[in-house]
Amino acid sequence: MHVVVCIKQVPDSAQIRVHPVTNTIMRQGVPTIINPYDLYAVEEALRLRDRHGGTVTVLTMGPPMAEESLRKALTFGADRAVLLTDRFFAGSDTLATSYALASAITAIGERFEPVDIVFTGKQTIDGDTAQVGPGIAKRLGLAQLTYVSRVAALDLAGGTIEVDRRAEGGVQALRTRLPCLVTMLEGTNEIRRGSLPDALRAARAEIAVWSAKDAGIADVTKCGLRGSPTVVKRVFAPTPRAEKATLVDPAGAGAADALIAAMFAARPRLEAELATLVRGY
Amino acid sequence: MAQPDKPAAAAGRANTKKELPERFRQHKHVWVFVEQERGQVHPVSWELMGEGRKLADKLGVQLAGVVIGPPGPAVAEAAREAACWGADLVYTITNEILAEYRNEPYSKALTDLVETHKPEILLLGATTLGRDLAGSVATTLATGLTADCTALDVDADGSLAATRPTFGGSLLCTIYTLNFRPQMATVRPRVMAMPERVERPLGRLVEHPLAMVEEDVVTKVLRFLPDRDQATSNLAYADVVVAGGLGLGSPENFQLVQQLAGVLGGEYGCSRPLVQKGWQPAERQIGQTGKTIRPKLYIAAGISGAIQHRVGVEGADLIVAINTDKNAPIFDFAHIGVVGDAMHLLPMLTEAFRRRLSPHIRDRLAG
Amino acid sequence: MTEKFDAIVVGAGMAGNAAALTMAKRGLKVLQIERGEYPGAKNVQGAILYADAVEKLVPGFRDDAPLERHLVEQRFWMMDDTSHTGLHYRSEDFNEEKPNRYTIIRSQFDRWLSRQVQEAGGLVLCETTVTELLTDGRGRVIGVRTDRRDGDVLADVVILAEGVNGLLGSRAGLRERPAPENVALAVKEMHFLPRETIEARFNLKGEEGVVIEAAGTISRGMTGMGFLYTNRESISIGIGCLVSDMARAGHAPYALLEAFKRHPSVAPLLEGSEVKEYAGHLIPEGGYRAIPKLYGDGWLVAGDAAQLNNAIHREGSNLALTSGQIAGETVAELYARRAAPTARALAAYEARLNDSFVMKDLKKYKDMPALLHAGSQNYFLTYPQLVSKAMQNFVRVDGVPKIEKERRTLRSVLAARSLGGLLGDAVRMARAWR
Ligand SMILES: Cc1cc2nc3c(=O)[nH]c(=O)nc-3n(C[C@H](O)[C@H](O)[C@H](O)COP(=O)(O)OP(=O)(O)OC[C@H]3O[C@@H](n4cnc5c(N)ncnc54)[C@H](O)[C@@H]3O)c2cc1C
Ligand SMILES: Cc1cc2nc3c(=O)[nH]c(=O)nc-3n(C[C@H](O)[C@H](O)[C@H](O)COP(=O)(O)OP(=O)(O)OC[C@H]3O[C@@H](n4cnc5c(N)ncnc54)[C@H](O)[C@@H]3O)c2cc1C
Ligand SMILES: Nc1ncnc2c1ncn2[C@@H]1O[C@H](COP(=O)(O)O)[C@@H](O)[C@H]1O
Repeated sequence: MHVVVCIKQVPDSAQIRVHPVTNTIMRQGVPTIINPYDLYAVEEALRLRDRHGGTVTVLTMGPPMAEESLRKALTFGADRAVLLTDRFFAGSDTLATSYALASAITAIGERFEPVDIVFTGKQTIDGDTAQVGPGIAKRLGLAQLTYVSRVAALDLAGGTIEVDRRAEGGVQALRTRLPCLVTMLEGTNEIRRGSLPDALRAARAEIAVWSAKDAGIADVTKCGLRGSPTVVKRVFAPTPRAEKATLVDPAGAGAADALIAAMFAARPRLEAELATLVRGY
Repeated sequence: MAQPDKPAAAAGRANTKKELPERFRQHKHVWVFVEQERGQVHPVSWELMGEGRKLADKLGVQLAGVVIGPPGPAVAEAAREAACWGADLVYTITNEILAEYRNEPYSKALTDLVETHKPEILLLGATTLGRDLAGSVATTLATGLTADCTALDVDADGSLAATRPTFGGSLLCTIYTLNFRPQMATVRPRVMAMPERVERPLGRLVEHPLAMVEEDVVTKVLRFLPDRDQATSNLAYADVVVAGGLGLGSPENFQLVQQLAGVLGGEYGCSRPLVQKGWQPAERQIGQTGKTIRPKLYIAAGISGAIQHRVGVEGADLIVAINTDKNAPIFDFAHIGVVGDAMHLLPMLTEAFRRRLSPHIRDRLAG
Repeated sequence: MTEKFDAIVVGAGMAGNAAALTMAKRGLKVLQIERGEYPGAKNVQGAILYADAVEKLVPGFRDDAPLERHLVEQRFWMMDDTSHTGLHYRSEDFNEEKPNRYTIIRSQFDRWLSRQVQEAGGLVLCETTVTELLTDGRGRVIGVRTDRRDGDVLADVVILAEGVNGLLGSRAGLRERPAPENVALAVKEMHFLPRETIEARFNLKGEEGVVIEAAGTISRGMTGMGFLYTNRESISIGIGCLVSDMARAGHAPYALLEAFKRHPSVAPLLEGSEVKEYAGHLIPEGGYRAIPKLYGDGWLVAGDAAQLNNAIHREGSNLALTSGQIAGETVAELYARRAAPTARALAAYEARLNDSFVMKDLKKYKDMPALLHAGSQNYFLTYPQLVSKAMQNFVRVDGVPKIEKERRTLRSVLAARSLGGLLGDAVRMARAWR
């Protein structure tokens, strides 16, 4: 069995700062991490490999620095890593990203061994679109299983997979044919800590660094800015609310009543609305 | 969506807008995908219909709803409803294989419809279904898709300006799909206000066929297990929400939040760290990566008000914050604040509300 | 199957990176183990980097090391609650081709330095904590145990560069944990500001930077110091005091920092900034007398773990780099000679340290820690207050004849501290400094 997991190196958005005047991102000192959602995909892939044998290839498209993230994935126990990096990829939107990744996955299948499952995270914390997974699936003509919380069964001989998928208002149990693409939901598992030999192997591993050409991309106009139909025209900071909260004194026995009075004063209809709610409750 | 990383470069390119290619010139009208499952229309569809109406009026074009599902009364009913929420016309596609949502037949159905009737704007809810579908459709059509928009508008030359948060909500960016059609966008539930429903007959109904049979679909639905805790899906639509954050200190203290929510007849939610710590299930998370809410009253206890939380609650009519730190960012956007200990204040508030609302509770018991 | 290396380095801070780089360059099979998520992830420093020590390790480092600003101005402030008396030294000479001192951000610098180690062939494992030293039963260190599964690795020699806490060394009985009167607890914050704002506030252009070092009532009579360094788009500000003083006086470190930030001389410099990082860390301040045993059978210790830190001049990273480099050279030379790293062979490390500025400087100030500690009330409370009063009296024009002003100043000084006390402090200070 051969599983490819797409991971992305992202700035830790909890630590991002915005320049107060120019509204640009101040990247200095902002650490990068593996997109947290992708860790669930890596772990699920490793579990399948532990159970069914085979190999796990991790793939990322990004700057040369993204190698760090791949190496980290190797520390967890992934077998092989491919870094897709080329100046043609700069400025890719989701359509261009999924094109590049789909091409690389095809090349990985040809160069190493046929791919049975592609995993991605549900979404990234920087792009935050949840579109790249479906984009890859569509381009590769794979069945698409999004928001998966669990791979319930995998029958390699029969070529089928069953998963639980989070849907609106419930869980769908789906069965489809391999190869397929799975996007993993968060909180579904916990990434393992590799052993010391895994860590040593990862530190030494050769990471395949591929250009667009290596990934078999003949038409670079489908990549990067040129291959992106969307255009970011304006970046700006949210307008802060003009006034701060009115503070209510917390001291004394009457504090709660004072707070309620302040609420009803601020929104005169609130009491009546609460009354209806409470009645219907 | 483009990485808003290098706005300068992107802007440079945006200015090089070409004439819209010939093949896209016939694309006209605004479409809203009406998300209908098991006889229920997701309310986000009507929120979008409200937005779609505004866009269509600005462009001077028609607003259409798209309903996809199995044959039967549900689709027809949804189509009629769509008119009441503002649709001038409705496209429907019905087929047995559309009984449960599956990507293959749904994306084929929607893609075919777009290719046949050529809308210029296509809006979907950013639900699990909407995101699953939109990504596939946009890829097949090789057009731009902007996810999780918080504002939609058309600019002077009629292009869709889709604004969404970026970099964890610290910035907003406006994204265009200048040279491709349709211009696609998804919007999360509760980000847009619900429009007013007006009883209206359906203007025009266009039925579109789907040339696909069950044998063509490789993915099968084995089971559907509805959520046992239906309340979690009500959180986004609750009129009163009480939420707790890390400031509560322990999972046990969370019941203080639940008790207040109970007395108010509302729902309860939490900030992300509580989900990460396993104190609360993911469905209870409010914020950028959780649920967006628009209640009439939101009470946040022990929540600092990080930007990622803020973007999920800003639509609330009245925000009340309880926090021990007078410098907590939540006081920058709450309407009413109390600098104090939540563990002390929550029970007092619960008791005070109980007293205050008891006549109504008695009414209920009597009636 | 346990793998064996020529050398293992514990820690990827300044000392560890210097040691690992030196040995890797000389062809040793080196494994470096760091508990942080990446080298420098949690390392705390002001931080001023002294170019000389880096230059000796990586000539031409200025070309690609992540440096913030080179320092053109040094300010020493003696503070009381409302004022500061300053000595400012600024010189265009510091705008030289190879500047002497830089501000850095440790997380970035350590990562860069670690990349040099990897490029030289050293193997670096992060997110891995060394929990124990492995010995052969007769006291010779033969490897380490880590917190990972199947986590033992062997080596001919282990270099301990684990920083000030030195848990590993103390657990292995190689040395004691530093005593509270020999370590300062420093807390530090990063305040982000647009670079134009920083440049305007500090009168800087380009990559120029300023350092402020401050002592006085801000440490409330404890032995301690505050600092403020300009980075490119941020300001590092912190304060540190001896742990034993803090325990006695019962002051919380963050309260000291808050007060320092609110000081009228400091607050305007930080105005409008966004705080992103708060960190606390120990600094070895015991000086020469606190240095533990530096080597033994199969092991060496370098940097803060060996208490090699010059608190008077606020130098630490350079002593760490140089001691790490010397440790690495010592091991590499034994390796080249195929000599076993016995305690006797490794004694060369200490000899070379003694010959270097590291030990010479520490020896010079060997009595300073005790002096400052004993007289902390005078040095950090009384004198700054007196100086401030004197300065104010000196510059305020209020119709009082100058001669009367001078008398008042003298009287207030003598009232606070007797003539004998003053002279005694001066003599003691001069002796310790010598
Ligand atoms: C990509 C990304 C996505 C994210 N998405 C979300 C999201 O969807 N939703 C979300 O909520 N967060 C999200 N976060 C996390 C967010 O950045 C904050 O870390 C989080 O909201 C903080 O939660 P908190 O306010 O509960 O905890 P803290 O920030 O730790 O705040 C606790 C607060 O409680 C106060 N307090 C302490 N004791 C008491 C007391 N006794 N009484 C009253 N107050 C007290 C404190 O003063 C403090 O302000 C996201 C982060 C990232 C990076
Ligand atoms: C607030 C502050 C300001 C300072 N300012 C300056 C300054 O301006 N200029 C200056 O020169 N010096 C300054 N110093 C001192 C300087 O930071 C230190 O002297 C220097 O960092 C020492 O380097 P080191 O390699 O010995 O230790 P460290 O830099 O502390 O490195 C030790 C490393 O070992 C790792 N480690 C520890 N235990 C284990 C284990 N068991 N397993 C694996 N890894 C482990 C740690 O994670 C760490 O990365 C300052 C210190 C502080 C706290
Ligand atoms: N540059 C990239 N390299 C590898 N995988 C990616 C990249 N961008 C996105 N992905 C994958 O696609 C998923 C969804 O990303 P997004 O559509 O950006 O939210 C992520 O969780 C990743 O698994």
